[in-house]
Formats: sequence, structure tokens, C-alpha cells
Amino acid sequence: MNLARKLACVVVVFVCAVSLAANWLAPVGYAKQFREAPGAPPSHEHWLGTDEVGRDRFARVLYGTRISLLLAPAAALVSTLLAALVGGLAGYLGGIWLRLARGFTDLFLSLPWLFLLITVRAVLPLNVSPLTSVLITFLILGLLGWAAAARVLSTSADALRNSDFVLQARASGLHGPRLFLIHVLPNLKPVLYAQFWISIPVFILSEANLGILGLGVAEPLPSWGSLLRELEGLMSFREEPWRLVPLVLLIVVMTSFQMLLSKEEVTA
Amino acid sequence: MNMNKSVRRAFLQLLVCFFLLAAFAFAQNGGELRFCLRSEPKTFDPALVDDDASVAIRYLTGGVLVRANRKTQDLEPELAESWSVSKDSKQITFKLRHGILFSDGSPFSAEDVAFTMQRLMDPALHSSTGDAFRSGSGTVSTKIIAPDQIAITFPAPLAGLEHLFDQVAIMSAHSPKKEGAVLGPFMVAEYKAGSSVLLKRNPNYWKKDAAGRRLPYLDSVRLDIQPNRDVEMLRFKRGELDLINSVDSDYFDRLAASSPQLVHDAGASLDYEFLWFNQVASAPIPEYKRAWFRSVNFRRAISQAVNRDDLSRIVFNGHAQPAVGPVSPANKFWFNSKLKAEAYRPDAALKRLQDDGFHLQNGTLFDKAGNAVEFSIVTNAGSKPRERMAVMIQEDLGKLGIKVNVVTLDFPSLIERISQKFNYEAAMLGFRNVELDPNSQMTIWLSSGDNHAWNPQQKSPETAWEAEIDRLMRAQASTADPKKRKESFDRVQEIAAEQAPLIYLINQNALSAVSNAVAGANPVILNPQTFWNAERLTVNSQARASR
Amino acid sequence: MLISKTAPRKTLFWKIARHLAAIVAIVLLGGLLSATLVRLAPGFDSDERELDPGLSAESVRALRQSRAGEHNILRYYSGYLRAAWHGDLGTSHALGQPVQSLLRERWPVTLRVAGVGLLLAWLLALLLAFTACLWRVPVYEMMGITLSGAFLCIPAAVLALLSVILNAPGYLAIALIVFPKIYRYSRSLLAKAYELPHITAARARGLGEMRVLARHVLPVAGPQMIALAGVTVSIALGASIPIEALCGLPGIGQLAWQAALSRDLPLLVNLTVLVTLVTLLANSGADVMNYVLQPRDV
Repeated sequence: MNLARKLACVVVVFVCAVSLAANWLAPVGYAKQFREAPGAPPSHEHWLGTDEVGRDRFARVLYGTRISLLLAPAAALVSTLLAALVGGLAGYLGGIWLRLARGFTDLFLSLPWLFLLITVRAVLPLNVSPLTSVLITFLILGLLGWAAAARVLSTSADALRNSDFVLQARASGLHGPRLFLIHVLPNLKPVLYAQFWISIPVFILSEANLGILGLGVAEPLPSWGSLLRELEGLMSFREEPWRLVPLVLLIVVMTSFQMLLSKEEVTA
Repeated sequence: MNMNKSVRRAFLQLLVCFFLLAAFAFAQNGGELRFCLRSEPKTFDPALVDDDASVAIRYLTGGVLVRANRKTQDLEPELAESWSVSKDSKQITFKLRHGILFSDGSPFSAEDVAFTMQRLMDPALHSSTGDAFRSGSGTVSTKIIAPDQIAITFPAPLAGLEHLFDQVAIMSAHSPKKEGAVLGPFMVAEYKAGSSVLLKRNPNYWKKDAAGRRLPYLDSVRLDIQPNRDVEMLRFKRGELDLINSVDSDYFDRLAASSPQLVHDAGASLDYEFLWFNQVASAPIPEYKRAWFRSVNFRRAISQAVNRDDLSRIVFNGHAQPAVGPVSPANKFWFNSKLKAEAYRPDAALKRLQDDGFHLQNGTLFDKAGNAVEFSIVTNAGSKPRERMAVMIQEDLGKLGIKVNVVTLDFPSLIERISQKFNYEAAMLGFRNVELDPNSQMTIWLSSGDNHAWNPQQKSPETAWEAEIDRLMRAQASTADPKKRKESFDRVQEIAAEQAPLIYLINQNALSAVSNAVAGANPVILNPQTFWNAERLTVNSQARASR
Repeated sequence: MLISKTAPRKTLFWKIARHLAAIVAIVLLGGLLSATLVRLAPGFDSDERELDPGLSAESVRALRQSRAGEHNILRYYSGYLRAAWHGDLGTSHALGQPVQSLLRERWPVTLRVAGVGLLLAWLLALLLAFTACLWRVPVYEMMGITLSGAFLCIPAAVLALLSVILNAPGYLAIALIVFPKIYRYSRSLLAKAYELPHITAARARGLGEMRVLARHVLPVAGPQMIALAGVTVSIALGASIPIEALCGLPGIGQLAWQAALSRDLPLLVNLTVLVTLVTLLANSGADVMNYVLQPRDV
């Protein structure tokens, strides 16, 4: 177990470091098209081959990893904080607040947000840089992703409110924000952690699914979403296994993340 | 006891014989053809047909007076034995075949043709098929001369009007089954929303083959509704489907590598991909950008800076040809063979831009007033070839110092921008050309037209060349003489090449796949590529099972 | 929960009534808000057919006019509610069929796919989570984490494609999407419960594992598990959109996808109302069940 965690730590640190150093490590830019070699298999020049318009896949994986690894946790943070605020506070206050908050989250969950995501690019100005449009995409994903987590958190906070030690703290004269901050929030931490880590892949996947619809990150910028899009049209995995590299990388990194957190999640 | 046994044996033998016979008969009858519709058919009413899936069903079920042979591109008699068009191109007279029955047994006569035309031209119906006949204001009149003869008169001349009847599936005037009574080779037997349409052989279909056997050979056609191309291909590979129309070039090559006898590349099709700039006067874009887009030098420079050979080679794996203009070389009669596709000449493009006062500085192109040249290309999301083309054009223009932002939008948002709000700079789309005759493109070329993409619904032509195109298009529409019409439309194609209001990129090849269980297939470039001769196809179900 | 002084049955009645009132309010409001969302979305007024060069100018105008009744969203919504009260849910733009018959045709498919998938996911997740907590073998726990982690990382679209390639049923894909979420959450809940002092004490006293589980762990972790059950219903319904759309299953999810792409207001409003209703009933069911099962030491 310990060894595995160390390994996971190494993987995460390594991937983060490598992707942050993409500018120096990538053999060429992510947008450079080698038009004489589109869809090439791995070679000495292109370690992971090239994509359909002849861009070096290795370079794209490096840059794409950086974008997704930086922005998905940011979106997860936004949504978890919102969830903690709405769910935690509602559960802590209880009564009518809890019911109102639950009604609100239910209402929020019921709306067809997929629809908003489909149309969000159409609302933005046409000439925004690819980077800005990525930032906005992830921000919106974060702002939309809090409701399910809030529902779970409100239940936990509600349970805490009635727990012995909160009652004791209350009896000993602790009230209001101090009680919330000192006793309730720290005890919500495991659930918050779990929600945070669970939502990172969710956001990466949301972005990937948007990418598959062609609505994610704007060309020529790569992200895991646009890289996973290459899986579309793959008839069998034996044909061009190197196209699976982004998926394998995604799974390895996410699994490592989860391994790292599994202990904290339990003991926190 | 003994006797009983022999009787039983005889009975068994008889049974075996019967089954053998039945199996033989089944093999003789054409079996079931299976393929996919890529969307839900929106209607079974032939007058209201507008989407691809419904068009396919109409093609298989509808009986028409005349049909354009999809291979030779010639018009052939069907329900009409013969026809004649008046000198002024206002009237067409059909002589109908005798003794033809609808699928429900009701007889076919001139009354049904009159009914179909009247219904089609009903202004409240808003039928796209009917709109094609609307040449001028006034009503269309039908006159039944005899039970087997009918004259249809239009208020204004309509060149090439006989070709339009290829789309007009005749409906019964009296049958209580309405659109359920058909004259085509097949009839709709079962429709499971969202999953499949089953067509059965029309027992009353009139046509016979050379040997005197009634067509169609097939017993049924099973159309599975399947929007996902990957799934369609997988099911084809598994032998669950018999044919695929317009196969993606990626799949085509992969399939060709493993089983080359299944794939067919019929050469350049009528469809093209194109790019255009927004020239609408009231469009909410900066004034200096509108000035670029309205300059012919700018448009021609962009056209010259796009490497069409690379687009064809990389995006379509070579299964596409650089596009010449609005008419594909595959359109034998109407293509202007004097024209050539714009060659890739970045230096000539830069020179043209410099003529207009643009200048290159530190790798960025600036216009006369010092604005950096940057624009966005909108296109629809989810179309991989189009997105790849956009990325390649982005790179090509980047070499001229032009910054291009590729914006993929979902379809309704895109349509709203390009046809209602005009809030875009450049757009890229594909045009699916189903008709050979230029009359079908009237609304594209007339400056007052709704589909005059770069600047629609002009009160009066804003430029001299648009006025000239208007004149030529009207001229060709009002003469019956094919030669004169061709001259006019050749000139339109030349002006389109000189002015480049639409920048034609490539013509895709008509790629298809047909399983070896199908006999008689002869894929062509015109729609419906593989099953245009469905009435003469047979399917050997054993061959399918063994694949 | 406040400890009730009145008879539990009466409170239960009020609780259910309150839930139902809340559900009705949320569903009505959700319908209105989703209609507004669709109405304000770009491209609401446009139709693919406008690009058909064969259509005359009059026909294009008629096409645009056909949605005039939906421009004022309040008027549209009140009209919709009035018609719905009389049993008419309107007609879909994109498919040209009454929404009612569309729903009737499609609902069973989704019920089967999402229902079986959900059941499978819960069975798999609980089995793994309980055994992991009982045995506490590191390798086994690692296996569970890795397995759920891997499935958590595969996009729904890829799972759908895989299930097509392998000819696997659609419910399997849904099960594999929902399973890791249940597993991770319930395992964390169980682990936390096992570390509570009175449970550690009970185990130290040598109480049988099953008894500890039933008597001590479940009462602690149970309420949140049941709440999770409610949430997973909406996750499964959400997952059925890409799965059905990609696998070509003619269910509600596929219908929703088509409706969104074609700005089909009548269909989208009805689907929102329907999905909200099911989700809320599931959540409220979980809540009421929690209330009924709650030990009352009065």
C-alpha cells in the first residue's frame, strides 16, 4: 500500500513536472503541421506518431496535459467551494434553510444545462483567443457542477448538526460562524475531499465530452478532451494502439490521484 | 402400422421437398436489403419531404412520372410513357401508362397526377418540392385531357421543368390510405420510431425485367435509424448491414485495406465544401473588416493561399478533388470545362494583398489603416473533416500573417448567425447538391435570394457583377434552349471564379461500401449512390451469414 | 431531525405532503426555467431547412413564423400547462409527432437500460465496498480503488463505443459509469463508520462482523447511502443521454439529445419536467425512507 502510494506520488509529480516543462520538452509546437506525414505511426522523429493533420502527438499530449491538469482541478475547486457553501451551510442551519437549499439544488439539477454548454461558445464573441475560451469553458463547468455535491454535503452537515460533539460544543457556548468553522467544516473535510477528487475527472470528462461534440477547447490548442476525440472512429484497439496513449495517461494520472487521497480521505 | 410409417415417411419427404422449394423460392426472391438511415425520417408524406432520411424513403416508395437515371444522368420515362414541353417552357403534357395500380389496389390515372400537383402547389403546404416549380406569381393549372393524358401549365417559363418531376411522387386522389398508397417498388410496412423502418415489396409495382419477371426482386428493405457512423461501420463489418452511402474517407481506406472488393470510389460527387466572407452591409462587424471582405483582391488572395491539394490529400485521404466552382466536373452537362481550380500560390496571394495596401510586418499582416488582419471562421461542430479543413486553412493563412480563429458552433446557432443576424466574419459549410439543373440554385445566385450566402436579400444588386449574375440566371431560366442556357450559366461560373464570393474548396468523392451479399449493385455519384437501382438488387442471405 | 413529540404516523403524513408540495413547485418552476433557457439560447429561431435552396422566400418566412407562438415564454408556458392539464403535451417540432406518443414509445427503453444499469452498479459497488471494509486486505482494497478509478476516468462516449464494439448491452455501460461513484462514496462512508469509537469498541469486544455491520455500521452510514441512492438515479438518467445517443438506443436520452440539438421547445420542456419528476421522487423517496427507518428514542 505504502509502496503504491509512493509510486502514485512519483507518477503525479512526474506528469505535472513534465507537462509544466512542455515548452522545453516538446520537440515542436503543438500546432505545427507536418503535412507530409499525417496520421503517421510512432517514429524516431514523432515519438507517438502524428495526428490526422500531421501534428506531433507527443507535443500535443504534453501541452494538453498541462491545460487539463491545471484547469480541471480549478473547476473542481470552484464547484466544491460552492457546494460546501450551499450544502454545508444549509445542513448546518437546518430546518427551513435546509429544505430551501435542497429545493434550490433540485431545481438546479433539473435544468437542462447540457443545453447551455452546447450553446456557450455561440454566446461568446467570435474572436477570442483559444486560451480564453478554454478558461471560460472550465469556469462554466465549475459553476454548473456544484449541485450534486451540495446535496450530499447537506446530508452530511445535517447529520453533524445533530451529532453529540456539536451539541456539546453548542452547550458549551459555541455558536454561529465559529461553531461552523471550528467544528462543522473540519468534520465535513473527508466528504469535501472526496467530492473534490471525484469531480476532477468529472470535469476532465465533461470537457472531453464537449470536445467530442466539437464544442470544447478551440483549435489548435490541445486538451485531454480534444486528444481523446481521436478515439472516435477507432474500430479496434489493435490497429493503432498509440492513439490510446492519451486515454491511458488519463487513467494512470487519475488513478494515482485517487490512490494518493485514499488515506487522507479515511483519516481526515 | 407399416402403412402408417410409410405414410409418415412420405409426408416427411413431402415436407422436406416443400422446405427445399421454399428455400429455393426465397433465394430466387431477393431477400432483405439492410442499411442505415442517419436520422429519423421526419415525414412519410412525399410532398413534405425535406430531410435525407425521408428523401431516401420517398425514392424507394414513390412512383414518379419521369426519373433521372442516376448513372447516365438522362431523364427516363416511368409512370409517364412520354412527355412534351411547350415552346415557351410554360406547359408540360404527360402521356401516362395504362393498367397501373397503387399498392392498395386502387387504379392510377391522370386524376392522381392532378391531385398531386394541386396539393404540392398549395401555398399553405410550404413544400420544398413544390417551391421548385414556383417560377412566378400566379397559380399552376392542371388539365386532364384524357384519363391517360394530362397537361400542367405554369404561370411563367420554367426551363428544364421536366427534370423537376423526378422529385414528385404521385399520390392517390381517392385511396383512403393517402400516402400509404404508393406507386414505387416498395411500401412502408412498419415504422418503429427511433429504431427502424421496414419497407415491403409493393406487389402491384408495374415494372418488369427483360425476362418478364415482376420487379422489385427484393422482398423487403430494412432501414435502421442510426446516427452514429462508427456504429454503422461496425455493423457493416459484422455483416448486419448490406450497404453504406457516403462512407468517411478514414473508414473507406481501412475497409479497403482489408477487403477491397467491398468499397467503391465513384469519383468526384456533386457536393462541395466552401468558405465565404460576410459582405452584408448591415452586419455587426467592424467597418474595416467589411471593407476587406468586399474587396475582390482580398477574397481571391485567400482563395489562392489555401492549399486545396493538401486539403484533399490529408483531410480526405485523397478521396476528394480541388473544387473548381459551383458545378462539379461530375455534372456532365453543366460544368464549365474552361475553368480550373484555383492553384495554391501564396506569393501571388501576397502580391494581391499588397495591391490592396496590405503589408507584412514581423510576420503579421496589416491593412492600409494599420489594423492587424484577424478574422474568425465559423463552422458546425461535430463534422470532423470540416474541422480539420479549418485547422489547415488556419495554418495556410498563418503563413501570410493572417490570424484565423476557428469557431465551431452547434447547427442552430450557426444558422442563426449566417442567415438571420449576420453576426459572423467568415463561414465554412458544405453544400449537398442533389439536382443537376442550375435552376435549383436560383436562391443562391439571385442577389435578392435567401441563400445568396455572402449578402442575401438585397433590394437591388449592390455590385455590377451581382447584377450581371442576376441577369444571366434569369435569362437561362426563361429559355428552353439548353445550349443558350448553358452559355448563360457558363458565364455565371466564370464570374463566380473571378469574384470569388464563395471560395470553393473541394468536391468530395462519392464513397460507398456494398457487401458481397448484394448482387446487381452499381454505385454512382448521384444520390442515392448505392441503392438507386434498388428494384433490381438481390441479397443472398447465405453470403451474408458466412461473411 | 428534531425529535418528534407527536405520533410518528401523522408526522410521516405531513412529511410526505410537504415533499409532494415541494416537488410540484420545483417541477413547475423547473419547466418554466428550462423553457426560458431554451428560448434565450442562440439559434432558437432557426431551422436547418432555411438553408435548403429549394425553399421559396415565402416558405422560409412561414418556417420562421411557425415558432411565433413560443416567443413569449410566459404565454407559451401557461398555454402548455393548460393543455397539459387536459392531457395534451404538445407536438414536437423536430419529429412532428405528439410528445405523448413519443414518450410512450421511448420511456420503456430508458427504464430498462437505466434501471438495470443502476441495479447492477449498486450490487457491484456494495459488494466490493463491504467486503473491502470487512476483510481489510490492502491488495483487495487497492484493486477496488484501481477498478473504480479506471472506470471513473473513461469518458461515457468511449464506454458507449466500447459496448458497441464488444456488442455489450447498453445497461452495462450505464452500470460502469455509475458504479465507481457509488463505490467510492460508500467505501469512504463505511470506513469512516468503522473508525467511530463505539464501533471500534464493539469489534474489540469480539462482536461478529455481520452483527457489527447490521447493528452499528448501517445505522451510521445508512442515511447517507440512501441519500446517495436518490442521487444515483439522476446520474444514471444523465448518463443515458450519451449512451443512448451513441449506441442508437431509442430511449428518452436519445430523444433529449435530438431535442437539444434542434431547439425543440415542446419536447425539451416535457422531458425536463419528466426527468425532474423522476429525480425528485427518487430523492424524496430516499428522504422519507430515511425518516421511517430513523431510530427514535422517544
